[in-house]
Amino acid sequence: MGFFSKLFAALKKTKDGIAEKLRGLFARDKIGEDFYDDLLDILISSDISVSTADEIVENLRDRMISEKVKDKDYVLSELKEELKACLDMADDFELETPAVIMVIGVNGVGKTTSIGKLARYLTANKKSVTIAAADTFRAAASDQLEIWADRAKVRIVKSSEGSDPSAVVFDAISSVKAKGTDVLIIDTAGRLHTKSNLMEELKKMSRVVEREHPNANFYKFIALDATTGQNALSQVEVFDEAVGIDGIILTKLDGTAKGGFVISLCNELQVPVAFVGTGEKLEDIELFDKDEFIEGIFGE
Amino acid sequence: MALFAGLSEKLNHIFSKITKRGKLTELEIKQAMREVRIALLEADVNLSVAKDFISKVSEKAVGQEILKSLSPAQQVIKIVNEELTALMGSTNSKLNVSSTPPTVIMMCGLQGAGKTTLCGKLALHLKKQGKKPLLVACDVYRPAAIGQLKIVGEKAGVEVFEKGQGNPVKIAESGIEHAKKFGFDTVIVDTAGRLHIDEALMQELENITKTVRVDEILLTVDSMTGQDAVNVAKTFNERLEVTGVVLTKLDGDTRGGACLSIKAVTGKPIKFSSVGEKLTDLEPFYPDRMASRILGMGDVLSLIEKAQQAVTEEEALKIEKKFKENSFTLEDYIEQFAMLKKMGGAKGLLEMLPGMGTKLKVSDADIDENKIERTKAIIFSMTKKERREPSILNYSRKMRIAKGSGTTIQEVNQLLKQFEQTKQMMKMMKGKRGFRLPF
Ligand SMILES: Nc1nc2c(ncn2[C@@H]2O[C@H](COP(=O)(O)OP(=O)(O)O)[C@@H](O)[C@H]2O)c(=O)[nH]1
Ligand SMILES: [Mg+2]
Repeated sequence: MGFFSKLFAALKKTKDGIAEKLRGLFARDKIGEDFYDDLLDILISSDISVSTADEIVENLRDRMISEKVKDKDYVLSELKEELKACLDMADDFELETPAVIMVIGVNGVGKTTSIGKLARYLTANKKSVTIAAADTFRAAASDQLEIWADRAKVRIVKSSEGSDPSAVVFDAISSVKAKGTDVLIIDTAGRLHTKSNLMEELKKMSRVVEREHPNANFYKFIALDATTGQNALSQVEVFDEAVGIDGIILTKLDGTAKGGFVISLCNELQVPVAFVGTGEKLEDIELFDKDEFIEGIFGE
Repeated sequence: MALFAGLSEKLNHIFSKITKRGKLTELEIKQAMREVRIALLEADVNLSVAKDFISKVSEKAVGQEILKSLSPAQQVIKIVNEELTALMGSTNSKLNVSSTPPTVIMMCGLQGAGKTTLCGKLALHLKKQGKKPLLVACDVYRPAAIGQLKIVGEKAGVEVFEKGQGNPVKIAESGIEHAKKFGFDTVIVDTAGRLHIDEALMQELENITKTVRVDEILLTVDSMTGQDAVNVAKTFNERLEVTGVVLTKLDGDTRGGACLSIKAVTGKPIKFSSVGEKLTDLEPFYPDRMASRILGMGDVLSLIEKAQQAVTEEEALKIEKKFKENSFTLEDYIEQFAMLKKMGGAKGLLEMLPGMGTKLKVSDADIDENKIERTKAIIFSMTKKERREPSILNYSRKMRIAKGSGTTIQEVNQLLKQFEQTKQMMKMMKGKRGFRLPF
């Protein structure tokens, strides 16, 4: 049993789960107009965007009508195919070193924690890692990151609270260049995507990386909390417009929310999911697997 | 105009054929409610909560007389909005106060919801009311959480009680002892974020409430939460009997439907909204604002009201007539701006719409207040004849106008183009019922 299946096992028990709702839907004797309307509701209620849910249901309905399909099992398997098609490029992610990874996102989604876990993941895969504490805004943010650096046994470059985050990035890059470190991970302060001055600050940090470390592969990861709803789309759109997003870190999958919004994100914005966070311990990080993700949604 | 597409537009479409009859029928309501349901889901309202809500509202709406002053679509929105507002309760940001001090307030919620920051905000809020609060650090798990609370407390000028990474139940207990001894009248207990399905940690919170008397248990919820909000709120409420809810991060562009789900499953009052990272960014919860936010119309409803007050029926009819006769001139164009101004200006207007600020970039040329002033200057620099008959504007006339208004010839051209576009757009609206203001 894969990691996702284990996680989704918990979900099966909640009667509000999407798997349960889908089962109810497919247990009906007829597939009529109401069927597709209700399917749409169910998809949206797994935090998939209205437009992607609509697209999925329309495609499915058109095909089932033109093929004159009445067999429910077939409809179900085709629904899975539609969902998988949305996630087509979801696991198209590869990390090439030397690399700079900048982790961005709104407040409290799990950026700092994910960085700790990611650092351990990379060192376990024989990469040398340094992390930069460029969240100089939130109270005690660099102390928090330092504890994670200790746990993951990696170096940290930090500065005092209130200092310029771009300066921290600059220092960290000088350090990794001098030492020939494989991966630099930059922690950033949480920011709502609606605050344009804070988005400008990110752009500045991004420019510093490009200018000071032109040989590195520069990845911008957005951390998204699995409990988020439709707002995830807006978050990714705006952050993407500001600095360009290369991948998603989907956090807190150990809860009862499953981050259905990644289906619409992959479908509408073509952003891959790089990693998933499944807890608060150092080793609670996994690569994303789309098949398990879909099977998980269906509770199988 | 596409800005205001969405629910009101869809409803307009549904009702476009039936404006003549006097009552809302069942079928129309059913179609309209399907749109309302999608709008609710899109705003993150939980599916079963949305369904319950719709069936209640449908009952109310069927057979209602259509009011003269509103279109059927507006009327449905009005009913939906009123019901939503009612469901979310009243503006009540009073915290429970114990008759035997100290009053104890405990935070709870998922990881990253914003509890620690909220602790600081509440402490400052209480301090301003003349209270003497104490912050107690019971998040012994998240790295540097205690340090964060200490900094937050320092900023608020409120003492923080901590015992390192000890047992949270014991820390809460001794924090309250400390408060009694040193005359603090309110104790705010910060707790670690936890998953509602984490048995051990939920037990820990229960143990705190069994060991000490807690007067207020505030469930802190991120307003960006999706459908899962019901699971979270239900479990926390069942296990702890929360006394109130606080919504955080409302300064973003989330529609915030989670709050309706939470209210529906817990029945507990939403006491505050947290709207920024500064310690002063704490507001009471306003159900009416929240309702229109969920419906995705910002304050469209109050705009409708404002518009009705600011622009007399007569003025509106006059302009509508001009459009129909195709005699809308640059003079009327200015008048239109004046109406806009009466309604608080284009910027104010747009700011009332959540999310619009960022999507539209309020500083963009066509809605910029400055731009409006310049437009006015250009038009005022024209002769009466030119205003009525812009087609006579040749190069030398345009040069004169640009000079007179302190603008450039490009700007003059641009204005003329916009004016033409507005006329075109209005022509397309011809035949539609009534003159609709810029939304
Ligand atoms: N259950 C769970 N909690 C997480 C996960 N990732 C982060 N958290 C918690 O979420 C909270 C906020 O995390 P933090 O890394 O400080 O978020 P940041 O503000 O984005 O840096 C902390 O309490 C973390 O322990 C996860 O995958 N699962
Ligand atoms: Mg952080």
